[in-house]
Amino acid sequence: MSVGKQVPEPALIFERSRPGRVGCNVPVADTPEVDLAIALGEVRDELHLPEIGELELLRHFTNLSHLNYGIETGFYPLGSCTMKYNPKINERTAALPGFAMLHPMQPESTLDGAFELLVRVQEILAELTGFSDVSLQPLAGAHGEMTCLMLVKAYHEARGEGAQRHTVLVPDSAHGTNPASAARCGYEVKSIPTDPHGNTDLAELAKALEGDAGRAVAVLMLTNPSTLGLFEPNIVRICEMLHAVGGQVFCDGANMNAMVGTTRPGDHGFDCMHLNLHKTFSTPHGGGGPGCGAIGLKPHLSPYQPSPVLLRNGEGKAMADHSRPQSIGRVSPFFGQFLMEVRAYTYLMAYGREKIADISRHSVLNANYVQERLRDVLPPAHDRPCMHECVLTAEKYKREHGIRALDISKRLMDYGFHPPTNYFPLIVPEAMMIEPTETETKETLDEFCDAMRSILREAVEQPDLLHNAPVSQVVGRLDETAAVKTLDVRWKPV
Amino acid sequence: MLAAIGAKSIDELFREIPDSLRIKPGALNLPPALDEGRLMDHLVELSRRNVNLTQVTSYLGAGIYDRFIPATVGAVISRGEFLTAYTPYQPELSQGYLQTIYEFQSMIAELFGCDLANASMYDGATAMAEAAIMAHSVNGRGRIAVSGAVHPHYRRVLETYCWSMSLQVDTLPPANGLTGNLTGIGPDTACLIVGYPNFFGAIEDLSEAREAATAAGALLVVVADPVACALLKPPGHFGADVVVGEGQPLGVSMGLGGPVVGLFACKTEHVRRIPGRIVGRTKEAHGERPGYVMTLRTREQDIRREKATSNICTNEALMALANTVYLAAMGKNGLRAVAETTVRNTQYAMRALGAAGASLKFSAKVFGEFVVALPNGRDAAEVRDRLLEKGILAGLPLGPYYPELRTCLLVAVTERRTKAQIDEYAAALGEVLA
Repeated sequence: MSVGKQVPEPALIFERSRPGRVGCNVPVADTPEVDLAIALGEVRDELHLPEIGELELLRHFTNLSHLNYGIETGFYPLGSCTMKYNPKINERTAALPGFAMLHPMQPESTLDGAFELLVRVQEILAELTGFSDVSLQPLAGAHGEMTCLMLVKAYHEARGEGAQRHTVLVPDSAHGTNPASAARCGYEVKSIPTDPHGNTDLAELAKALEGDAGRAVAVLMLTNPSTLGLFEPNIVRICEMLHAVGGQVFCDGANMNAMVGTTRPGDHGFDCMHLNLHKTFSTPHGGGGPGCGAIGLKPHLSPYQPSPVLLRNGEGKAMADHSRPQSIGRVSPFFGQFLMEVRAYTYLMAYGREKIADISRHSVLNANYVQERLRDVLPPAHDRPCMHECVLTAEKYKREHGIRALDISKRLMDYGFHPPTNYFPLIVPEAMMIEPTETETKETLDEFCDAMRSILREAVEQPDLLHNAPVSQVVGRLDETAAVKTLDVRWKPV
Repeated sequence: MLAAIGAKSIDELFREIPDSLRIKPGALNLPPALDEGRLMDHLVELSRRNVNLTQVTSYLGAGIYDRFIPATVGAVISRGEFLTAYTPYQPELSQGYLQTIYEFQSMIAELFGCDLANASMYDGATAMAEAAIMAHSVNGRGRIAVSGAVHPHYRRVLETYCWSMSLQVDTLPPANGLTGNLTGIGPDTACLIVGYPNFFGAIEDLSEAREAATAAGALLVVVADPVACALLKPPGHFGADVVVGEGQPLGVSMGLGGPVVGLFACKTEHVRRIPGRIVGRTKEAHGERPGYVMTLRTREQDIRREKATSNICTNEALMALANTVYLAAMGKNGLRAVAETTVRNTQYAMRALGAAGASLKFSAKVFGEFVVALPNGRDAAEVRDRLLEKGILAGLPLGPYYPELRTCLLVAVTERRTKAQIDEYAAALGEVLA
């Protein structure tokens, strides 16, 4: 018996397999037959892949897609993830054979249009962020963070301070990727607390920068606006404090959506930043990837950027520069997530200089509207205007009714919405982080807020509705502890 | 909406940003907006400034392959429920995707002959670098031995990753197109990395590699071509600890090399150290129905922060889905047909190009790709450019990567090529060499 919706349990594709069936018109050879044992040596005999006809195959995956929720299914206010609409024209441009059918190792003289596009993306992103250089080689946001830390490391090494600067400062509100990327680059991580207003605690930061401790700091990784959805008003001062002790400042660009066309991290004093094109610039999340990272740099970090560097030569022609003696090397084998850059470029050109600021202005308007409409039932963690997302706390419901943020989220599914991000940032108890994005209408926001208000009434009057949620999905809550204990991560032939 | 918020203007909502940091309207130097029709025209025009592989007959491989992609792949991965979903952190709303990832993991583990596979990585090169770092975390050793016959760009990525973690990379020079002397592996070696087939298309002796790694107490990491593994004895059956590879040949567009997808499979004993996501089957907490969740989450960055096994917080879910649909559409017989056609075309091309005046550089058995040396000290890049004028993308000149192979071309022949096209290539090569 399921606690979820009563629909048939979907079979695994392996269970649909019948000997001899095939799901496409398989390629046929017209070259002479060969003895595989002579050509290859030992040849395997067993290969347990499913054998399934084309129609059954399509039904299998179509039916599975119906068990999945995407932006095109409904409102997806997942904080920190910027689940905005991914325009369909982006898919059309990325599918053009002149882009999709390019080989990364074909002669560079045959890649004029691709290089032109990549350099234009770099130029537009540089203008939007206020950095002199942009590299598109990183493959995802965390990869971009890691690349920035590598550039910082190379910079300090070149100045003879590589061994001395072994610490990375990370606020306690930061995404987990920040400390993980720092550790991946061989750094020790030191946490900086947030003050009662939700800003970086300047007194604690000053302490961390004193004397020998300050001389050991390689970089501060700061998310602005912070993961509390708040703009850091002391940002210029913070960057000056780091620079005074020879440290660098990295901007985690996860929240760039709040700043596009309104303010530029390069102007704030940051030395480098990463962008998530899959958040801010609408490339589809694809169910958790491909991500698409880009990084922005100030001139002093430019010599170390990943090679090859795409740039314009003296005549203005886009080209790949492979002669970068101080480069950290490659962080990925080719030119980054090229077809995602095509999508991002299409998106940027649809906005252009006239409309680009609408992205930040409308996303901030939508977030403040949701914060205001829920304020009396679900108060903001900090009573300030939020940026592109608001962080609310359900602490009262936990204390008074035994209802956790997770229960509210699961109940939202029964109302047809994707839940917000829960329990992040870690410093807000029972956090619910809501990022509506600019592509939602007032009507959708009202429906969502009405649903939230209704659920919070249920929390008081009929709390079991929340404890037992969701009841509308194909499964109820799943046993994640059992998943770890009896690890089953693949189908095996019987 | 502003009235509900109690603000007079949108600008007022930005009041916490100091005025000096605010951009004045119109101050940014950006191109003007294009309407949808003109935007499409503009992108078409840019795309036409490239030479793409529908316009030439390609023999270029080197890690990215022009293989047939069934129409079903595009149909499935363009469905909005998959394309526009986030990471399946909310399993009740994500059972569709989670099940496809479980199916993906099952197929990749089967193909590579391993106990299990993860939910995918960025690409083959970073999967290899992550495998090396995992080996370091398993045995604490500080040196990575990599065959010089592994893709040069993969080795560059490995070197970058290892530099940042203060690990040393020892490159084993190739001999006759294979990994050469294995005696350089020692008590400090965390792992040995070899290709299967390697960058030159040659099929390495994995028994020998396994023995050398075992003798040194090191892990064996194999970079494998998934299509080759439809016919070759899979690396896991030789006892490889980790098998990584590039999933692009399994239904993903070349797209100038991105986005593609990294494959990562290993022995069960390493499961708690693997990077990236993994999906497991479980059942309802208060019911009996089975379902899927992301599992072993305490390895990951959002929970473990600086103690995580990796900083990775995406997989290449959409490309992994393309792999899953591709492998289901091909099935056992289709994938073997693709691999066998590749072998037949390759063997035929080796003979045809030999008859046209080129010679095979190495003697090892190959899958899908081989190295030819051009006569009379001809520069391979020059010959490649001459053949491109005739509409043939002849392969990859090896000089930039291996100076001693300046006269050599790496030639890939997939199932997409025909006998007539190969004959045409041989004839054109004969003319250029004459």
